[in-house]
Amino acid sequence: MRPFGYQRAASTRAAVEAVGAGDGAVFLGGGTNLVDLMRLGVATPHTLVDVTRIAPATIEETAGGGLLVGGGVRNGELAAHPLVRRRYPVLSQAVLAGASGQIRNMATVGGNLLQRTRCSYFQDVTKPCNKRQPGSGCPAREGDHRNLAIIGHSESCVATQPSDMAVALAALGATVHVEGPGGPRAVPMPGLHRLPGDQPQRDTVLGPGDLITAVELPPLPLAARSRYRKVRDRASFSFAVVSVAAALEVAGGVVRDCRIALGAVAHVPWRAETAEAALRGAEATEAEFTRAAELELAGARPLPGNAYKVPLARNLLVRVLTDLAEAP
Amino acid sequence: MTVTGARVTGSALDRVDGPEKVTGRARYAYEHRPRDVAYAVPVQAAIARGEVVDVDVDAVLQWPGVIAAMWHGNAPRLAPSAAAELAVLQSRQVAYRGQYVAVVVAETYEQACEAARLLRVQYEERPHDVALRVDHPGMYRPDHVNPDYPTDSSLGDPEAALASAAVVVDATYATPAEHHNPMEPHAAVAVWEEGGLTVHDSTQGASGLRATIAPLFGMPPDRVRIVSPYVGGGFGSKGKAHPHVVLAALAAKQVGRPVKLAVTRQQMFAVTGYRTPTVQRVRLGADGDGRLVAITHEAFEQTSTISEFAEQTTVATRMMYAAPHRHTSHRLVRLDVPTPTWMRAPGEAPGMFALESAMDELAVACGVDPVELRVRNDPERDPESGLPFSSRNLVACLREGARRFGWHERDPRPGIRRRGRVLVGTGVASSTYPAYRVASRASARAEPDGRFTVRIAAADIGTGARTVLTQLAADALAVPPERVRVEVGDSALPKASTAGGSMGTASWGTAVVRACEALMDELARHGGAVPPPGLSAEADTAQEVRGQRKLARHAYGAQFAEVGVDVDTGEVRVLRLLGVFAAGRILNPKTARSQFIGGMTMGMSMALLEESVLDREFGDYLNHDLAQYHLATCADVRDIEAAWVEEDDPDLNPMGSKGIGEIGIVGTAAAIASAVHHATGVRVRDLPIRLDKLVG
Repeated sequence: MRPFGYQRAASTRAAVEAVGAGDGAVFLGGGTNLVDLMRLGVATPHTLVDVTRIAPATIEETAGGGLLVGGGVRNGELAAHPLVRRRYPVLSQAVLAGASGQIRNMATVGGNLLQRTRCSYFQDVTKPCNKRQPGSGCPAREGDHRNLAIIGHSESCVATQPSDMAVALAALGATVHVEGPGGPRAVPMPGLHRLPGDQPQRDTVLGPGDLITAVELPPLPLAARSRYRKVRDRASFSFAVVSVAAALEVAGGVVRDCRIALGAVAHVPWRAETAEAALRGAEATEAEFTRAAELELAGARPLPGNAYKVPLARNLLVRVLTDLAEAP
Repeated sequence: MTVTGARVTGSALDRVDGPEKVTGRARYAYEHRPRDVAYAVPVQAAIARGEVVDVDVDAVLQWPGVIAAMWHGNAPRLAPSAAAELAVLQSRQVAYRGQYVAVVVAETYEQACEAARLLRVQYEERPHDVALRVDHPGMYRPDHVNPDYPTDSSLGDPEAALASAAVVVDATYATPAEHHNPMEPHAAVAVWEEGGLTVHDSTQGASGLRATIAPLFGMPPDRVRIVSPYVGGGFGSKGKAHPHVVLAALAAKQVGRPVKLAVTRQQMFAVTGYRTPTVQRVRLGADGDGRLVAITHEAFEQTSTISEFAEQTTVATRMMYAAPHRHTSHRLVRLDVPTPTWMRAPGEAPGMFALESAMDELAVACGVDPVELRVRNDPERDPESGLPFSSRNLVACLREGARRFGWHERDPRPGIRRRGRVLVGTGVASSTYPAYRVASRASARAEPDGRFTVRIAAADIGTGARTVLTQLAADALAVPPERVRVEVGDSALPKASTAGGSMGTASWGTAVVRACEALMDELARHGGAVPPPGLSAEADTAQEVRGQRKLARHAYGAQFAEVGVDVDTGEVRVLRLLGVFAAGRILNPKTARSQFIGGMTMGMSMALLEESVLDREFGDYLNHDLAQYHLATCADVRDIEAAWVEEDDPDLNPMGSKGIGEIGIVGTAAAIASAVHHATGVRVRDLPIRLDKLVG
């Protein structure tokens, strides 16, 4: 591991300035992903600026009935919070579907959103990877891509975004509050993450020194009937193969409104806007759910080794929506 | 034959080293910290085939804390007789990606890591060939297969018998490369003192490792000492000497200081062995009632270009079932890959997946219950050698397992049972493992204070060997186990066999019992009193083992699995797993149960999860950490139980025991694959059975 400096930020402003200077300093939250990447030589920061003492770590109700979740809130606390569980079960379920109890107790909300891809090539510094080393190439297209993207990928990158929590936040349309060198600003989800295009080294729209201070959950009554379902190779402690976050409001057998996002299919948590539009006003039946899922996945361009993800995502989407429609 | 007293042996004695382990007092290899120690971090080849042209040693020597950087160009020479696998830094040739090409030694581990990362190695790369395929032009017939079985076997005319059989199953199965992943990764601390070498290592065999290491440095074995009292799992990966031990010793010699070297989890995937991938064709010919007339089993496997390891994949097929016409074979290809090695039940684990899956397919084809099919084909004698079995209770295991599992209620039709969105099915498979025994030595000493010390260079790799040997010694000495101390894990102790082949207890137990008996004789000669300096006796079982009757000695078992397959996602979860085993006398039901269910859990992992993914472009195993190489978690293991049937076999050893360390993994994958077929109607013939093979 390359030698590095460590400092505790005294204030948000000081942290933003320290990292915004662009001389190789990065924010340190729970460190559950960053420290691993440092050990692997994938991340080689000059200085870690620890923000865990200054990042807001509270969950507060907002005026309209939403929640403001501090960027320093630990994942475990978020999942366990009574208001989160009652108003946004999809979010609590998504967080609990990830990692292990120990990791969730360390990981922060801000850090969770900035997890880097688990693509094997990205994690191995002896191999090319456009995300790690722009221009070096992407061996995954010809090599192992069983669990990589089927939608929105580019010639230069087929990585997926690994956070479960981000999928729920994308479905809920959360707002990410950022403090940056230019002052505070708000980034709407799913707009935080970006498709790889020809700049796969950029996972998000954030720039140097941009610190996630909070995530705001909008008032969303239909989210009380929401669900996260994660398909994975083993029963626990593994990243999603495909996941679905969905909220559904049905009245008189008709879909009044819905929010849907897919995980582990793209470089971003994939908000299924096509499916949502197809469902609003449609009958809440398995046939309609299937039609909407197929419309959403019509744009999928799977690689030879991950074509199974298309029927898997379709089946999962139909099942989650059907279960939500049938739930008492 | 001697039957030892039954007071302690056979009881569920707690692990004698349990308190040391759970309180952290047990010191594992890397925890030894000699004075003035330095840290070595190896550098691995970034090409799969070619040559190291140059290494920029001078640049890293400028880094803080760096003491030395070694590669072929400046490393001390080992004895020219060194096997290529262990001849570390003795050649410029790179035979596989991840092979050690250099090592950096520094004052701290972190300094060594950073210098190793920065060390510039220049290669001349050549095209590599890493993909196993049946029609590879390099396929050859090895001279023998591990450890010394004939490569092929034939009886009768299987082709003619298959041509005229009423029912034929002809199927090809595949198993992937798998890595052992013991909890404790490999580590070595090498110390040169007074011209001799001591290595604190994590090994399954201190005596064997000493015998391998000493000649590399041109020393007689008594100048080398291997110390490994505690080992955090091995599964075969710590059975043979691996190059990191040589590298640590070489580095320590070069810098004139003790050196610590830890193999990281990522590095392990290239340098500490793995299970070869296999492709296996099985053909079964039977009459309409499922009575076998012909069995053929052909295996195709890989090894490296620098060392041959030929796994004995089809050997169990030679004795599992009766059939007059039979053929088995093994073919191997040398690829630019690391050398495979023993991994829990080498041969039996992949081989029985294929044979037992084929038996299930035959049961379906004949319309015979799969338990009944196996009972119907149970042989009276070893079908190929004609030898009698010392004992064989496969049928009893199948019957008892069927009873416990509720098998008689099974409807054989596939794909018809649903619980909500989950398809449910059940499957069965046989297990087996040979009951080996080899020569070992042991000593027993009566201390003046009434205590006893038993010494043997055995290894307790988490199996409970130390505990069971304590029980055996206590009974042989007719004292309570609290008065017996068993010392293992040190090559300075009486020479013992490696912990492998499930033969530890049989081999070491015989030596311990004989040493204790000899001590009792000595004590009797002294009128029962221990003289002031104490009293010692030794035993060497070479003659006893050599003189044993020629018999077919195997343990058997039957495994039953119930699986649920999600209709929407194809996710497979094992709902129930039951194993019933016939493995001689069970010496400690507590540690035995751990071995059985541990093996079965690993079998479940093999069935559903484990696969080392080969990267053809770069030639290495890609998923080289525990986040990417999936093993079963606690949440995957829902309801698992092991039981055993009484088996009284006087033709084994003084304990009447058969080895139990490996049989648990044998057959599990076939039972699960058959249950998946029963649940879904889909027959998956290539492991692991992941959702992408079932979703649609």
